[in-house]
Amino acid sequence: MTIIDCRPFLAVGISLLAAFLIAFSNNRPNVREVWSCIASVVKFGIILSMIPGVLDGNFYEYTLLQVTDTLSLTLRTDPAGMIFATLASMLWVPVNFYSIGYMRANNEGEQTGYFAAFAICISACMGIAMAANLLTFFIFYEILTLASYPLVLHKRNAEALLASRKYLIYTLISGQLFLVGMVFVYCVAGTLDFRAGGLLNINMAPKWVLQMTFVLMICAGSVKAAVMPLHGWLPAAMIAPTPVSALLHAVAVVKTGVFAVLRIVGFVFGPQLLSQLGVIDVLAWFAAGTILISSIIALRQDELKRRLAFSTIGQLSYIVLGASLLSPLAIKGAYLHLVAHAVMKITLFMCAGLIITRTHCHCISELAGIAKKLPITCAAFAVASFGIAGVPFFVGFISKWNLALGALQAGKPLYIFVWVASALLAAGYLLPVVKMVYFNHDPNENSRKYGAHSWCMLLPICATAVISVVLGVFPDCYPHFFELAEQAANAICYGWNGGW
Amino acid sequence: MMQHSPVMIVLLPLTASLLCMLFSKLKRKLGAYIVIASIVAAFVNAVITLQRVMGSPDRVIHYAMGNWTPPIGIEFVLDPLNALLAVLVTFVAMVVSFYGLPFVKDEDWLHVGGYYTLFGLLTVGMSGMIITGDVFNLYVYLEVMSLSGYGLIALGGRQSNLAAFRYLLIGTIGASLYLLGVGYMYAMTGTLNMADMGRLAANYLNSPLFAMAVGCFVIGFGIKMALFPLHGWQPDAYTYAHPAAAGLIAGCMSKVPSYAMIRFLYYVFRVDNPVVTAVLNAIGVLGIAGMLLGSVMALAQRDFRRMLAYSSVAQIGYIAIGMAMGNMYGFVGSVLHIVNHAFMKCALFLVIGGVVHRFGEVNLFRLGGMHKKMPISSIAMTLAALSMVGLPPTAGFFSKWYLMLGAFNAQQYIYIFVLVVSSLLNAIYFFRIIEQMFVQQEASLTEVHPVTTRLGLPISMVIPIAVMGLGVLVLGFYSSDVVRIIMSGLPEVFVR
Repeated sequence: MTIIDCRPFLAVGISLLAAFLIAFSNNRPNVREVWSCIASVVKFGIILSMIPGVLDGNFYEYTLLQVTDTLSLTLRTDPAGMIFATLASMLWVPVNFYSIGYMRANNEGEQTGYFAAFAICISACMGIAMAANLLTFFIFYEILTLASYPLVLHKRNAEALLASRKYLIYTLISGQLFLVGMVFVYCVAGTLDFRAGGLLNINMAPKWVLQMTFVLMICAGSVKAAVMPLHGWLPAAMIAPTPVSALLHAVAVVKTGVFAVLRIVGFVFGPQLLSQLGVIDVLAWFAAGTILISSIIALRQDELKRRLAFSTIGQLSYIVLGASLLSPLAIKGAYLHLVAHAVMKITLFMCAGLIITRTHCHCISELAGIAKKLPITCAAFAVASFGIAGVPFFVGFISKWNLALGALQAGKPLYIFVWVASALLAAGYLLPVVKMVYFNHDPNENSRKYGAHSWCMLLPICATAVISVVLGVFPDCYPHFFELAEQAANAICYGWNGGW
Repeated sequence: MMQHSPVMIVLLPLTASLLCMLFSKLKRKLGAYIVIASIVAAFVNAVITLQRVMGSPDRVIHYAMGNWTPPIGIEFVLDPLNALLAVLVTFVAMVVSFYGLPFVKDEDWLHVGGYYTLFGLLTVGMSGMIITGDVFNLYVYLEVMSLSGYGLIALGGRQSNLAAFRYLLIGTIGASLYLLGVGYMYAMTGTLNMADMGRLAANYLNSPLFAMAVGCFVIGFGIKMALFPLHGWQPDAYTYAHPAAAGLIAGCMSKVPSYAMIRFLYYVFRVDNPVVTAVLNAIGVLGIAGMLLGSVMALAQRDFRRMLAYSSVAQIGYIAIGMAMGNMYGFVGSVLHIVNHAFMKCALFLVIGGVVHRFGEVNLFRLGGMHKKMPISSIAMTLAALSMVGLPPTAGFFSKWYLMLGAFNAQQYIYIFVLVVSSLLNAIYFFRIIEQMFVQQEASLTEVHPVTTRLGLPISMVIPIAVMGLGVLVLGFYSSDVVRIIMSGLPEVFVR
């Protein structure tokens, strides 16, 4: 049942409003950060209040205005969108507190602009998550690009300039390709409203047109999802402050990329049409290649943030691969991994940021034995690392299990080896770090200077680490990500069993 | 009183402009205020007229000048299309007229009066060209617009005399070609009324004279709208124009001839005849060339104003290809882009005018740290720049959207490709400036007109800049309303 309700727009608007308030309280840091915190909590509350309705099979829908002669700016909560909206708003709360601690501890400049841009990014994420049609989706997608640009540029030095230019080049070009693809879809189908199972069908246009449209659109999604060879911007963008890397480059921006892929696969083309078109296999090969290559590259990185960045690239392609297998379980696994990876990677990045703030070391080789001084941080890091490696009872396991089953269901069991190999590689690049901080002796233990301790940074890390364990043991605990993912996958694959 | 609203759009600024010098002599700035007041009144009348047009049953208002009905008298014909553009032109003129006040603050009565006289006449010329329903009357307004435009360009300073003279020479050729075309059409049809001419021209479609006339119109207006490769006059003219008037000159002066071209090709001659189709194809090719070369040339400039001028060449290309598609979406995109581009180009010229006013600087590599010195202007500049690139939710995105739909419907995929390439080139040269303004080291600039407030500019400049900058965003959100107006007055070809 569709319920007309403006809550989706409230969720978007609350952080936009916060961005304005932040910009106007330039000179009072405490007031500024209070706005940010209030907005994050209220937004999370608004999103949570819609979950029971969505689980019951309702859709909250609201049209703000007509943007073109036939299309409108409409938000609509379906299970797939709710997963992403809940995830992003849930993680904004800890990252917000963490940001406050981090920015103050490091005496970063331009904090007003930082918090304002951050709030706009989250608004855009909400819009992307709940967009009811491609045009709405695209509008928020581009807003996200623009709002995250100043965050990449935050340091205002030569390296940040290069990184931000690279970021813009990748995202703007892909945005234009997406626009062209969208125009094709509109002209072929006459509508842009997302429909579970696909709004296009094989009779609407010649096969090659549909194939080309798919390639155009998926390229755009793949740039933000950092599928190789379109991943170049992501390691460069790690120049941004760590909370930005944490929320945006491990959760929001890249997740909008994979979310775009999932929307395109599940709601624009649909599994049935894609299995007829055949191009989806190419995407699967690229994703599989990305998983393996990026994991191998990650093994060789000594800089902690860069290692995590390449790990992100690999993990994102899990989701892309899951989507491109086109079976109900694989798509469910993809949605679950969207959640799982976000929770784990945000923990890892926040740990990395705290370690950098306290020790001023960016390289893994310098971190020997720091667990003595930073026990909780290192424990959280270890928990998240186990999750990424796919150890049972951590959140990463559930999703990988479903993805592997999905590969079987799709009749492509060879992809299971990709996942197994990458799980081993992930263990190979993360667990040595854990071993190093715990068991290696710190050569300059006495001379090492530690920065000031900050609860503001530590507590969010604990929170996300706990979440990643709880979701691993009870996958369907509140807010019911598991149930939502299952509903989303079933809706997409209605009447389609994965070609088994 | 209400039924006279169409003529008031022209009559009020005309009267005020003619009296302006007299009042300026009496009291230095009185003339300026009177012209401004008249333009505000013209804007109000334009809005009333648009409302009346949208409210009338067949969406057309005929206004016979002095109650002399055509074919003897001259008539103003207002349909949704030109009523919309009349609102646009008078609105931009109104905003820019306030903006001009600080520039003439210290001038003597002759300069204040002269500037506002020319400004008022420019407004008269543009709005007259838009609302008239008579081809010869259009020529008169075209000359009023051009002559006052030459004057305003020449007021810009030392280098501007040459630019104005060059524009005068080339512009006169354009206007003469138009007059020649009118002559041919009059010889064939014996009427000067647009509607009659359109009806009668159907009998002469195979006549070589007809082809000649269409060619004259297109080249004449092509020169005036700076359609590539007829744009030679335009970079210098925009660059050296009086900084206070550049917003209106760059924002509207080339849009009005584009409107006239649309009026002739789509309403008077109709696009379904072979001559017009051939001409449209040529316009499409020129549009593509303009979009690419204009953008590339813009990349090479160091002077902000010259860069904007070349970017206008590219943007006129958008309008041209929209025209050339010959279908409804292309038409809508083209007209919408006239509206959107007027706003964004005006905003950009107002911002650089502000920089010129305060620092006397135009080099785009010396704008570092501008976001601290002129915060509101920098934000307005950013919004307008994003709109030029065509990123949602700014206005520029929506015209690009309709143009792409039109290109797809016309099966002209090359247009889609060019639109994408042009957007990306735009992105390069506009993000370069955004980067300059917000990131780079503060440039050491000398203050010509020191400003102490936090706004960075006198209030009568900041408000116009803010209005135009916000306008870009508002137009984006409400573009469907603009499109609704345009679609209610589509040419007959598209109405089945």
